[in-house]
Amino acid sequence: MFANATTGVLRRSAIDQATWDDLEEAMLRADLGVKVTTALLDGLRARVKQREITDPVALVAALRSDMASRLDGADRSLTFDPARGTPNIWMMVGVNGAGKTTSLAKIAAQQMGLGRSVLMAAGDTFRAAAGEQLETWATRTGASIVRGAEGADPSSVVFDGVQSAAARGMDLVLADTAGRLQSNTNLMDELRKVRRVAEKAAGVVTEVLLVIDATTGQNGLVQARQFADATQVTGVVLTKLDGSAKGGIVFAIETELGIPVKLVGLGETIADLAPFEPHEFVDALFDE
Amino acid sequence: MFDSLSDRLGAVVGKLRNRGRLSEADVDEILAEIRTALLEADVNVAVVRNVLARIREKSVGEAMSKVLDPAQQVVKTVQAELIGLLGGETLKITYASQPPTVVLMAGLQGSGKTTSAAKLAAWFKKQGRQPMLVGADLQRPAAVEQLRVLGQQVGVPVFSAPGDPVETARLGLEEARRLGRNVLIVDTAGRLAIDEEMMEQVRRISETVTPRYTFLVVDAMTGQDAVGVAEAFNETLAIDGVILSKLDGDARGGAALSVKEVIGKPIAFAATGEKLDAFEQFHPDRMASRILGMGDMLSLIEQAEQVFEKEEAEKAAKKLVDGKFTLDDFLEQLQQLKKMGPLQNVLGMLPGVGAQLKGAEIGDDQVKRTEAIIRSMTPAERENPQIINGSRRTRIAKGSGTQVQDVNRLVKQFAEMQKMMKQFGGRLPSR
Repeated sequence: MFANATTGVLRRSAIDQATWDDLEEAMLRADLGVKVTTALLDGLRARVKQREITDPVALVAALRSDMASRLDGADRSLTFDPARGTPNIWMMVGVNGAGKTTSLAKIAAQQMGLGRSVLMAAGDTFRAAAGEQLETWATRTGASIVRGAEGADPSSVVFDGVQSAAARGMDLVLADTAGRLQSNTNLMDELRKVRRVAEKAAGVVTEVLLVIDATTGQNGLVQARQFADATQVTGVVLTKLDGSAKGGIVFAIETELGIPVKLVGLGETIADLAPFEPHEFVDALFDE
Repeated sequence: MFDSLSDRLGAVVGKLRNRGRLSEADVDEILAEIRTALLEADVNVAVVRNVLARIREKSVGEAMSKVLDPAQQVVKTVQAELIGLLGGETLKITYASQPPTVVLMAGLQGSGKTTSAAKLAAWFKKQGRQPMLVGADLQRPAAVEQLRVLGQQVGVPVFSAPGDPVETARLGLEEARRLGRNVLIVDTAGRLAIDEEMMEQVRRISETVTPRYTFLVVDAMTGQDAVGVAEAFNETLAIDGVILSKLDGDARGGAALSVKEVIGKPIAFAATGEKLDAFEQFHPDRMASRILGMGDMLSLIEQAEQVFEKEEAEKAAKKLVDGKFTLDDFLEQLQQLKKMGPLQNVLGMLPGVGAQLKGAEIGDDQVKRTEAIIRSMTPAERENPQIINGSRRTRIAKGSGTQVQDVNRLVKQFAEMQKMMKQFGGRLPSR
């Protein structure tokens, strides 16, 4: 993504206006957003002015390390803590089409691989056949599933799921929810309620994962803010990172809202899930 | 929340107001704000560069020096430019002389193809056609099942067969001919533009069903990558138009502009809600205002002038700006607003308010409830809502036949509105 720009920058022997323009354009193209881009470039400009950085090679290297260091230090582990209550409940939230159900299935497979027993709660009772979609994944992974009727109250489906998991002494409930646009206050209220009611049964919500599509532009920051406000989001799952979009909006989400990216989705099969690695993420921006 | 362009420009425009003409530096300053607004709206970087170059050309020079408020004039130029970019030829749907008219849906995963397919089927049905849907997404679990349920909801038959999507599409075409359906909409699996195998598959589907229209479904929240995606799909499939999905959110939808500019194909439809009839043909002018985040101020002012009793309006405006706007005034304004048409439309025209209230379900029913709540308050409470405590709340809820939460919400919203109004009250054009 940055490759074209950095090639141009590195071809020149000195740092000039075209250098800054090239870098800015590359960063904006990666969906980093105006604010993050300006902040990063201002920092570099100051260092160039103080002659701390004097040539294009050092400049590109500095940008790379600045970007990576912005993402350093966040706790990206998934919280599984039976001491806080059983089962642990992980909720998936996000806008329509972000990839909540597929991500949930991948997480189920991953957690079952760690020897944890998993129950899926099909809390998306709105979208046609969302329950069937999750059921297919439950069959493929061997996870248990609790479903409600289409149009049923999602809170009650999740509640039932948690109770059922508790009764069977299971470790983890993965609660799917219907996709919703963060501007729809009624649906966001509904989600608040799902989060609240999930803990009315035995069990405790230890992760609320916001699923964000890597192609998302600047609206991603608004999504993160609103979903965090409604459900105390604990982490981001960045999906579809195997495409041409690189998910630059997570920079703003991490640095402005302090919500860490925990997982990335890299394909349509069950194993296409990986922990988020900041350095790899930045490298991918530069090396493509 | 992003600052809308009108907020951004407020400062600059204020400074430049009453200035006879704009210097090059003034224009630069305004253009820098517009650039940021466009980028925050996810308009592609390269497209922004082209747009700004054209605007600069129009903004510096002879014509500008004659207008009363040059800064406002630049904003108008920008808007005109955007409308021009988005609009031009609106896609007029025509039908194949040999039915069925085949429509192919394509796009990335999760862009909204299946829902849009069903909405499009409902739209064709409303045009008096007999559509049929083909579920050729054999990739995503339960995608066909989803299409079947949606088809049932809109009363349109759905065909699918397991196996190979190309073959499914071919069988679907045969089935449509056999049943005498005159529009056939083929839903396909989501795919990445860089997945050569999957792109080849959709190319073969296209070859098999020879669509009259191939629509690329683009999520309104898409960022810079929209351009690359559109180019890739256009190269493989020769796109005829774009369906912009999830436009009911608060995304500015700059991707629409980028796609239109890059592949030169019109935006045919926009999906504007969860319900299956929330689907309409695309209006470039509204989209231009939305990308700029400035609302449809002009038409709002015109409508207000027609309907509001002038004196009342001026009084209210003054109170707004001074922050002395009470619930009583609010009630009065609600009555006036009702004369202007459905409230949702009116509010959507206000800059900044549109996005925030969209989807907030401000229906006329809610207006009635709001009126009832305010009418159940004492004059003192209307004057100063802060005094409304627990027992007053309960009384008001009882009196208006609503819940205590409703009362709370109104009081809270009113406080927020006061804050918001104060923010841009000063910037409402003075007459």
